[in-house]
Amino acid sequence: MISFHQVEKSIGNTSIIKKLDLEVKAGELFVLIGPSGCGKTTTMKMINRLIEPTSGKIEINGEDISQTNPVELRRNIGYVIQQIALFPHMTIGENVALVPNLKKQERARTENKVDELLDMVGLDPKVFKNRYPAELSGGQQQRVGVIRAMAADPPIILMDEPFSALDPISREQLQDEFVRLQKTINKTVVFVTHDMDEAIKIADRICLMNGGEVVQVDTPEQMLQHPANEFVVNFIGAKRLRKVKELHPNMPKKAATLPKWSIS
Amino acid sequence: MSGFIQFLTDRYDLVLRLLWEHSYISLIAVVAGFLIAVPLGILLTRTEKINTYVIGFVNILQTLPSLALLGLMIPLLGIGAVPAIVALFLYSLLPMLRNTYTGIREVDPALIEAARGMGMTSFQILWKIELPMAISIIMGGFRTATIYTISWATLAAVIGGGGLGYLVFTGLGLANDNMMITGALATAMLATIADLLTRNIQKMCTPKGLKIKRAD
Repeated sequence: MISFHQVEKSIGNTSIIKKLDLEVKAGELFVLIGPSGCGKTTTMKMINRLIEPTSGKIEINGEDISQTNPVELRRNIGYVIQQIALFPHMTIGENVALVPNLKKQERARTENKVDELLDMVGLDPKVFKNRYPAELSGGQQQRVGVIRAMAADPPIILMDEPFSALDPISREQLQDEFVRLQKTINKTVVFVTHDMDEAIKIADRICLMNGGEVVQVDTPEQMLQHPANEFVVNFIGAKRLRKVKELHPNMPKKAATLPKWSIS
Repeated sequence: MSGFIQFLTDRYDLVLRLLWEHSYISLIAVVAGFLIAVPLGILLTRTEKINTYVIGFVNILQTLPSLALLGLMIPLLGIGAVPAIVALFLYSLLPMLRNTYTGIREVDPALIEAARGMGMTSFQILWKIELPMAISIIMGGFRTATIYTISWATLAAVIGGGGLGYLVFTGLGLANDNMMITGALATAMLATIADLLTRNIQKMCTPKGLKIKRAD
């Protein structure tokens, strides 16, 4: 669905992404994770061309995105950011309908879609559609942020730490809702986070990055059971790995015993 | 006090004419200033390199003593209302230019990024996001400029531009206190009315969603 071929990005002499090869499959929830400055956000923003790679090629469904019109490309890729960034001067309804309106979709169809999406995240359209963002709580605002990205039915959604600015309770709720939502709408989602618990909870596959390179790409289970190297073990944290060991006592011996270089 | 009322009743036609002159001189200057300052301010936010020079230049205009600027107009444009309007126009630029520039620059960058990421063009971002977000600050600049212009317009009389300054300066020359007070009070009254009007314009222009205070 989305593939990176030998993608590099450098600013001046600083290399941010080094020879990246990556394949995101259709319909999967793909989590990019790593310490700050590892290049995860840069990688994500290259998909909707908010950042252009220095070299290499990114394809969506086999089509080189550098040959597409960036505005058109972005209208077909949902985008959710940490700061939520609902437009404060527009009502909730206008915010959600923004991309469909940019694409000049038929009004009635858009209105129905907005109602349907609001219902889907438990915000009654009759109550919330004509409210302004300032009248909503943080959790409600980010629900709107998420459905705004889905309003034009894009096949791909990019999410940049969407839940990390929320309080722990709203965050848990939104993660659960989002996993449920993702099962029903079946979009390809690229999700950036620095929170391993979040990644384990929601990901179909996790891509752990460090210093502009991919360290390991695997399902959460595989990554927990077979961490590729010391960096992965340290990043996941010994505590989480012990928990996995307790939960899976029948795990192969090699993985169940922590490698000798791990911290405990 | 009775002398003052006597002056008003005797010369009300003159006072009204000067009031009208004063209003239109100020209005033309400030509206022309708005039409130039707002697009220029927007342009400056797009061309970071030249903005310090432009703002610096307009700052210099602003620091020129108003009497001197009016005096400078005489060799260039002669005397009368036109040079007065031009001088006032130059003065009105700065508050509106500065507010337009700051207003747009201070729009949360996250909003711009979200807008870009959602596929808005630069023009759509300006028109649908940046301007509505900044309009209250821009209109605040218009308000400041209007009030300043009305008070500076008093000096227009010095170069034959008319307006209420005529009463102040002639009153001074003739030692006619009533004439002078009439000029001063009428200017103050005009400025107060303009303040109320522009305050309402500013309120009307501010999008509804931006007037809501966060509940928590």
